[in-house]
Amino acid sequence: MASNNYFQLFALPEQFDIDVKALESNYRKIQSASHPDRFVSASPAEKLQSMQLATSANEAYSTLKKPALRAKYLLELHGINAIAETNTAMPADFLMQQMEWRERLEDAKAAKNIAELESLANTLQADAKALQAELIDLFDIKKDFANATDETRKLIFIDKVSADIHHAIEQLE
Amino acid sequence: MALLQISEPGMSAAPHQHRLAVGIDLGTTNSLVATVRSGMSTVLQDDFGHALLPSVVRYAPSGDVIVGHEAQAQQSSDPVNTIASVKRFMGRSLNDITDKAHIPYRFVDASSDSTNATKRSLQLQTRAGLKSPVEISADILKTLKARAEKSLGGELVGAVITVPAYFDDAQRQATKDAARLAGLNVLRLLNEPTAAAVAYGLDNASEGTFVIYDLGGGTFDVSILRLSKGVFEVLATNGDSALGGDDFDHRIYCWILDKVRESSENFAPLSEEDTRLLLTKARQAKEWLTDNYEAQIVCKLSTGTLVDVTLTAPQLVEITQHLVTKTLSPTRKAMRDANLAIEDIDGVVLVGGATRMPQIRQAVEDYFKQEPLTNLDPDKVVALGAAIQANILAGNKSDDDLLLLDVTPLSLGLETMGGLVEKVIHRNSTLPIARAQEFTTYKDGQTAMSIHVVQGERELVTDCRSLARFELRGIPPMAAGAARIRVTFTVDADGLLSVSAREQSTGVEAHIEVKPSYGLSEDEITSMLKASFTSAEEDKKARMLAEARVSAGAIISSVSAALAADGNLISDAEKNAIEAEIRRLESLTQAQDADAINKAVDTLNHATEAFAAARMNASVSRALSGKNLDDIKL
Repeated sequence: MASNNYFQLFALPEQFDIDVKALESNYRKIQSASHPDRFVSASPAEKLQSMQLATSANEAYSTLKKPALRAKYLLELHGINAIAETNTAMPADFLMQQMEWRERLEDAKAAKNIAELESLANTLQADAKALQAELIDLFDIKKDFANATDETRKLIFIDKVSADIHHAIEQLE
Repeated sequence: MALLQISEPGMSAAPHQHRLAVGIDLGTTNSLVATVRSGMSTVLQDDFGHALLPSVVRYAPSGDVIVGHEAQAQQSSDPVNTIASVKRFMGRSLNDITDKAHIPYRFVDASSDSTNATKRSLQLQTRAGLKSPVEISADILKTLKARAEKSLGGELVGAVITVPAYFDDAQRQATKDAARLAGLNVLRLLNEPTAAAVAYGLDNASEGTFVIYDLGGGTFDVSILRLSKGVFEVLATNGDSALGGDDFDHRIYCWILDKVRESSENFAPLSEEDTRLLLTKARQAKEWLTDNYEAQIVCKLSTGTLVDVTLTAPQLVEITQHLVTKTLSPTRKAMRDANLAIEDIDGVVLVGGATRMPQIRQAVEDYFKQEPLTNLDPDKVVALGAAIQANILAGNKSDDDLLLLDVTPLSLGLETMGGLVEKVIHRNSTLPIARAQEFTTYKDGQTAMSIHVVQGERELVTDCRSLARFELRGIPPMAAGAARIRVTFTVDADGLLSVSAREQSTGVEAHIEVKPSYGLSEDEITSMLKASFTSAEEDKKARMLAEARVSAGAIISSVSAALAADGNLISDAEKNAIEAEIRRLESLTQAQDADAINKAVDTLNHATEAFAAARMNASVSRALSGKNLDDIKL
């Protein structure tokens, strides 16, 4: 299944800016054709095919649906591992920004301030949106994969902090 | 399922024939069975016209097992031998039950019983002996099975049984064991809110994003689904598998006790009979207050104490407010996981008898800022949906071209250094799913690695539920951190997990089908099934031959049908090879050699692999309307 290209699977052009509606609708079409529930009385060989395709369709869909994972996957297709240990350099201003977010998160957690956590989550969402716009430019127009790698790493980082914020809110509720 | 398949020789025969399949809602308070008849999902009634079967089992002095209304009526007079709400104990040990003092049963922890050392599940002491929750649930299922077979006039091919979406692996396994013990072939365990969505969505031909708020007798689930062109996609699910209408009864019961203590000085501890009596009165008061302003609770305890108190609707709201609030936390979590805002929700469906309470309806309406939908009977909607899915999984042709894409309710992970959990599959991942993660050794020269599989959201292993442990041995001695152990988790469409581990450089492998220690072992099930047979023990050889013939028949009919439909996808040579294998298998089924038949089944299956792949590609290409996928290797 390694040779399976997720974009081709969903009949989408190989780029960062994707038609989300087409992705969703083609995902449903593929699941309708391949899901194990459609092969209850089929032979074991067909059941195996169905299980494999339904599993990779789920994996492909969850990757392309999330902008950070989609960007990371696009880089992989170009032979770049965005989260490789050699790829650790981050611009100083982004590092400062990271530390600020982490501090706000810890302070809000200590103060059990859910409203502040939610406001921080919204700030990060807005930053993520801006990064995505930049990634469309870098990936699809400029084909500048070096800079796209840096921005992708930022997006992955924002996702991580967002997940931690949601986890903190859950713990407080 | 081997023992069951031979009792149903019709299974592999004529595929066009309507196969009898049912959906069963095995509820905390009530259970139901439904089926699709003439294209309509219908709840089956008993001889007295009752659709709901109270989930109450009484082990009577005569040795009879009484299930349903009659057992319910005897709850107060024989509380120790009349078990209600057994679903709360499924897949649970004694430690999991927090309010034992207020439950009138005699609990026994199975682990203290040397003959049952492998089981950690609790048991109940009754006059019929020790009973596990699995056995008691099986008695409820047997009653429903008998009702269905009588009403449909034939043996069932299988059943879809619903479980709370938030049930963990141990609770699901216990439910499956109960079904097998009742002689039911389980086509699928289906999440209750998903089943409700099917019944509701098909009834209303809905499209959009819906929330299913399901407060049953003992469990709470909330699921968010997207309905689009017959595909029901679960976006997120959450819940509390120990919160339900029973807790409201219990809260009222405690309130009654407080009131009685206030007015009488020497209040003796309650007997088991009195506890059950007051719990019943509490439930009746709760139901009465759905449509009335006040409920008078009057009864005489065995000690002679007279209970006479009045509970008003506002008082009920006040004393149960914390329970209502408790349902909103999982609701918010599900909304966050689905990444949705209140405005994105097109409708909220209420499921479960407990959602009849006005304070629940109000709380849901306040949170979602819209009036919840209640046009299907909240008691029946789960069984109706399960029947629709059962009909499809049994292989009956259906007009409803529907597909359910469900998720894992709880995260699955592994124990790492320091008793921490590393999540491999996150909650709310769509099934089927496969995920791999690499781990490494901790010490120089380490040659074995213990793999501990856990389920839950917490960070510490001790706060999660342990599912299985196994060892990967034979890792070549290397420096710490040098070995690369790839652990793969696979969860199939049934939600069953299997885990395998492989050392990358040497290819040393270990594999396990996860079977929680709370379930029954294969041997235990077999011996329980055998014990229930009145006839002599079956001839093992005859059984194996019958099984081999059934699987031969199944593969011959499915491969023949595939050749007839898509034979043009392969070359004549390939087609001839497959047909030769079919003929060889057909002639072998006339003989008596089970081994030879099984081998020929494998050979035929192997011969069809390329054909199966070609069919899958063609089918996906058709689905994507003409897009050519031939160049993609699947």
